[in-house]
Amino acid sequence: MPPTSAGALIDRDEPPISLYSSSRPRLRGRAGTIASTVSTIVVIGLIIALLASPSAAAFRKGFLDVHQMWIAFKGDPQKGILSVGKGFLLNLWLSIVCEIIVLILALGIAALRMTRGPVLMPFRGVAIAYTDFGRGVPVILVMLWIGFGVPSLNIPGISTQSPVVYAGFVLVFSYTAYVSEVYRAGILSVPTNQVQAARSLGLSAGTTLRRVVLPQAIRNVLPALLNDFASLQKDTAIVSTLGVAEAVHAAQIAGGVEFNYSGFTIASLLFLAVTVPLTRYTDRIMAKDRNRRLAGNGGAGAATSSP
Amino acid sequence: MTALSSNSGATEAEAEVVLSLQGVHKRFGDLEVLKGIDLTVRSREVVCLIGSSGSGKSTLLRTCNLLEPIDAGTIELLGHDLGHERIDPDAVRRHIGMVFQSYNLFPHLSVLDNVTLAPRRVLKRSKAAAELEATELLARIGLAEKAADFPDRLSGGQQQRVAIVRALAMGPSILLLDEITSALDPELVAEVLGLVEELAQQGMTMVLATHEMGFAKEVADTVCFLEEGRIIESGPPGKIFEDPDDPATRRFLQRIIEAGRL
Repeated sequence: MPPTSAGALIDRDEPPISLYSSSRPRLRGRAGTIASTVSTIVVIGLIIALLASPSAAAFRKGFLDVHQMWIAFKGDPQKGILSVGKGFLLNLWLSIVCEIIVLILALGIAALRMTRGPVLMPFRGVAIAYTDFGRGVPVILVMLWIGFGVPSLNIPGISTQSPVVYAGFVLVFSYTAYVSEVYRAGILSVPTNQVQAARSLGLSAGTTLRRVVLPQAIRNVLPALLNDFASLQKDTAIVSTLGVAEAVHAAQIAGGVEFNYSGFTIASLLFLAVTVPLTRYTDRIMAKDRNRRLAGNGGAGAATSSP
Repeated sequence: MTALSSNSGATEAEAEVVLSLQGVHKRFGDLEVLKGIDLTVRSREVVCLIGSSGSGKSTLLRTCNLLEPIDAGTIELLGHDLGHERIDPDAVRRHIGMVFQSYNLFPHLSVLDNVTLAPRRVLKRSKAAAELEATELLARIGLAEKAADFPDRLSGGQQQRVAIVRALAMGPSILLLDEITSALDPELVAEVLGLVEELAQQGMTMVLATHEMGFAKEVADTVCFLEEGRIIESGPPGKIFEDPDDPATRRFLQRIIEAGRL
């Protein structure tokens, strides 16, 4: 090899390099076990100290009173306290019914937004305006607007519905906007060469969408869909603004009557009992999917884009 | 039922014209990709399109099954003008098999379902009949035991062979193969080319865009050299590879030889 000349591609006179970090090596093995034990003790100690402090007693009495939680949970008709437990069943029921309607309607909106050609242009415009509005305006605002506004209009058959119907409508209205965008992202995530492969086998556009694009699209956005479902489940609490006897409204009444807010705690626990397993499940699906992609991708062409 | 293709043997001399292109032009915006292509493919014929990337090989194949609309010229499949206003593209594609560089198997379907999807949904075959036929085809290429696997469990070569079988399951009159070995690891190329060669021997009509010059030399009946959207020269492989007339063809082959690919 001649000394570095003007045309050489490789520079042989590099300065000496260092491959070592200047900071101390990370704790390993037994030292690591000891460190994690110590930090656990410190955190538990801090929590105990907080709970034992004088102001914590008031906190415990006002928020964590088990007896008050029980009263709020089962309700007390004599005192006019509604059951948080029963109310929560309404939250659950409402979220499931709304979610099913949302999943169907959102697919239609997504499809409408993805149409091409001048004939469907106005529909596309309406779909875009709707998703912008539905996602851009706070759910609680729409809830107040519809829930208090519509009954005041005195429209026969519409203004006389129960608040639960208005609430369901508002949740479906807001969440369909979100979910349609999730669907759209999913459909866009399917490579166009999948569509070309399907079409070149003679499959129609509709069959291609149903059998090739949507199954892949939904699998790609399943975590996002589950996320939105958890969100919808929580947002059923906003229905309390319309005075519907769901968990949060019931807890509010219990708090007002008993001057104790442990009812909110039990309501929170009920929501957590649903949303935590749901988010854990979402995480598991995401991890499984990631592993599948990493493990399975033996074929070099899987990542190759079309020319 | 061991034959992979169901082509009936036409006589050598008067083989039916399967596909013919006359004066086909295609432009993407300002870029004219095909500048007047004339090509005739007869039954049982194997045509190889060679030329550097960007010469229009892929686009040419994609216009034939209407994945790309053309701007001028005519394309005829079995005597039918594909430019006719009442042509149904789905019906056209039923008779043209296409295999892509990136395999494009459906990742959410098993190997068997990949092969049976179109026969079931397009040809309305029963599930049992479609699966029986697909299993036979997969057995023919030695992948019967992979039928229940998902595509990502297969090697690239296996995936590409399944993609070929998927196209064959529709009983096409012609197969278009678009650089089907370009995405493969070198050691997997042979199994795919072997299958194509077998199909050629069984009389499948095929048009291949390929960079595998050795393969083209061996298997092609006709080789077309494309450059900048034109077929510069075409003829039997012996002529094109050994004694090309056009200086552009000679320059191209010289580069291939220098790269050690022929």
